[in-house]
Amino acid sequence: MNGQDTFVAILGIVLALALILAGWRMVRGPSFADRFVALDMLTAIAVGFAALTALSTGRGAFLDIALGVSLMNFVATAAFAVFLERKRKEP
Amino acid sequence: MLAMALQAVGAAFLLIAAIGVIRLPDPLQRMHSATKAGTLGTTLLLLGVMASGEVDRTASGWLPIVFLLVTLPLGAQLLARGAYLSGTPLKGLEDDPLADELHRPTERKEL
Repeated sequence: MNGQDTFVAILGIVLALALILAGWRMVRGPSFADRFVALDMLTAIAVGFAALTALSTGRGAFLDIALGVSLMNFVATAAFAVFLERKRKEP
Repeated sequence: MLAMALQAVGAAFLLIAAIGVIRLPDPLQRMHSATKAGTLGTTLLLLGVMASGEVDRTASGWLPIVFLLVTLPLGAQLLARGAYLSGTPLKGLEDDPLADELHRPTERKEL
């Protein structure tokens, strides 16, 4: 295990800590808006993980996976925002 | 060396953004932390990976960076409008400047 691998492992641990914190906010709530903000954060961390995987394996295809995850993030955020606006009309 | 510095700063910004999502008191402030610091952290991490010279095909790394910079503000705007209109409890909203423009229901705990 050379220095580069150790560095990537440390970065992975830092990102895993961030993932745990954002996941805690997603589980705890307390409102739907909090959960959707946490989902936004989780996908940003997932893009970071895809970049780290590209670094450790040396395959550029994982950067395309980062693009796919960010595409899904935008569509999901827009859909959940419309969902939040519609919730208001119920009594 | 520059690449490692970029990666380390990017991961640190992502961790700070996650701490902000935990610590800040209401959805709009959490969104402030998640979108701005999260975008910066992800962009720096992707730039660091592209600059490291370890990856065989780095050109496609520009696509997620540009896409994140374009769409994360749009998504945050949509989500903030939804959060305001859904009646989520918000801190420090005593004199609401949007009250004349948008109809916001009374605050409901379950939303």
